[in-house]
Amino acid sequence: MTVRERLYRTEAVILRRQDFGEADRLLTLYTPGLGKTRVLAKGVRKPTSRKAGHVELFTHSRLLVAKGKSLDIVTQAETTNSFLPLRDELGRASCAFYVAELVDRFTEEGEENRRLFDILLNALFWLGDSEDTALVLRFFELRLLDYVGYRPQLSRCVRCAQPVETDAALFNSAEGGVLCLRCGKGERGCRDASPQVLATLCYLQSNDYEQCRRLKIDRRAHFELEGILRRYITYLLERGLKSVDFMDTIRREEAEAVSPGREPAGTASS
Amino acid sequence: MRSVPRSVERLIEELNRLPGIGPKTASRLTFYLLRSPQEQVQALARAIGEMHEMVVTCSVCFNIAETSPCPICDDSQRDRTMLCVVEEPLDVLAIERIRQYDGLYHVLHGAISPIEGMGPEDLKIAELVERLGKNPVEEVILATNPSLEGESTAMYVSRQLATLGIRVTRLAQGLPMGGDLEYADEVTLTRALEGRREI
Ligand SMILES: [Zn+2]
Ligand SMILES: [Zn+2]
Repeated sequence: MTVRERLYRTEAVILRRQDFGEADRLLTLYTPGLGKTRVLAKGVRKPTSRKAGHVELFTHSRLLVAKGKSLDIVTQAETTNSFLPLRDELGRASCAFYVAELVDRFTEEGEENRRLFDILLNALFWLGDSEDTALVLRFFELRLLDYVGYRPQLSRCVRCAQPVETDAALFNSAEGGVLCLRCGKGERGCRDASPQVLATLCYLQSNDYEQCRRLKIDRRAHFELEGILRRYITYLLERGLKSVDFMDTIRREEAEAVSPGREPAGTASS
Repeated sequence: MRSVPRSVERLIEELNRLPGIGPKTASRLTFYLLRSPQEQVQALARAIGEMHEMVVTCSVCFNIAETSPCPICDDSQRDRTMLCVVEEPLDVLAIERIRQYDGLYHVLHGAISPIEGMGPEDLKIAELVERLGKNPVEEVILATNPSLEGESTAMYVSRQLATLGIRVTRLAQGLPMGGDLEYADEVTLTRALEGRREI
């Protein structure tokens, strides 16, 4: 093998990292061409490491990687975007943890998914930038579900394919979409979706972020939107996510800090 | 077909689990021990076994020690107005080594990283708040690592302490000694600039 074949370049978002050996870290990357992949970054726990800051969690970096026998090894790293706002605010950081955990749970190593890489990168940027991080999360969830093959069907009944009337419908996680009232009446595992929320979900699913970001979604609707998607995602993954608990904790504490003594509406149950 | 005895294989497997030890090193160590004098091998086995029997977690600061409270918590000479919060027992060791700090410690046993299954409730944070409620100090120094996990932990802890009215400080962040400016990442450079001082 020539040197060229033993080295490859890739851009990547650092999704996860675990301490490895004395001063190394095992990184889980999300890349445009290789999907999820794991590489070793040597010596990055030492303060003098040149690479350390460039392979921080949730950084978008350009990497030069050497093929190894069992694990590939990062030989050079340079930050493209370190998403600073995520590092300054706990609320935003907690959302980034959630986005990363979703990508990690919904993907297998070595499966290329360029669109997912792009939306991950965008979501990290928007999470640092937006005043409505919940809207960013809902937009991201819907895109992710689409790109990994679980796009919820929202405008037509999943059973009879009739267009769902705009006044009411039911969301069924097991069937991956909405049921009209005729099909869904009395069904177990259904959740009411109010017309406003259903319309918002459809809008988020079929318009780009530039349009969606202008939506004004009130707290009640956000609560409902989050509940529907969280339930669906928990159903698909067959488990809850730790980062959801953390996000809820941070949000609850921030709400309490704003209006002490008054319990906020609480968090969506799944 | 098995080429090495089961007992040898078992030791190789156990050693292989240790950080920084791959299968080759594990085999080398195992065969080294196989050829070593019996007394030496037994001394090693005893040391490993006793370590676990002797070592306890200090009920005050959660550092590892052979007594609880640990010698640091028990030392009346130390400055009880300062408390330094760290992620791991090894961090206490690192700070003690420089002999510049004379206060108390609190070991969290990790940092917040939900994706690795670590939330605030898995760390000794509630214990810290309770401890400071009973025995207030003048200053809490947050000495978690300068990583996203360490930063998140520091932000989270400082919020929990906000109501106690204690001065909370964070270790300075910036360029490492011996480092080179041109290789510094954006975050480090930003923090270094923010933390600049008169000379
Ligand atoms: Zn129907
Ligand atoms: Zn102690």
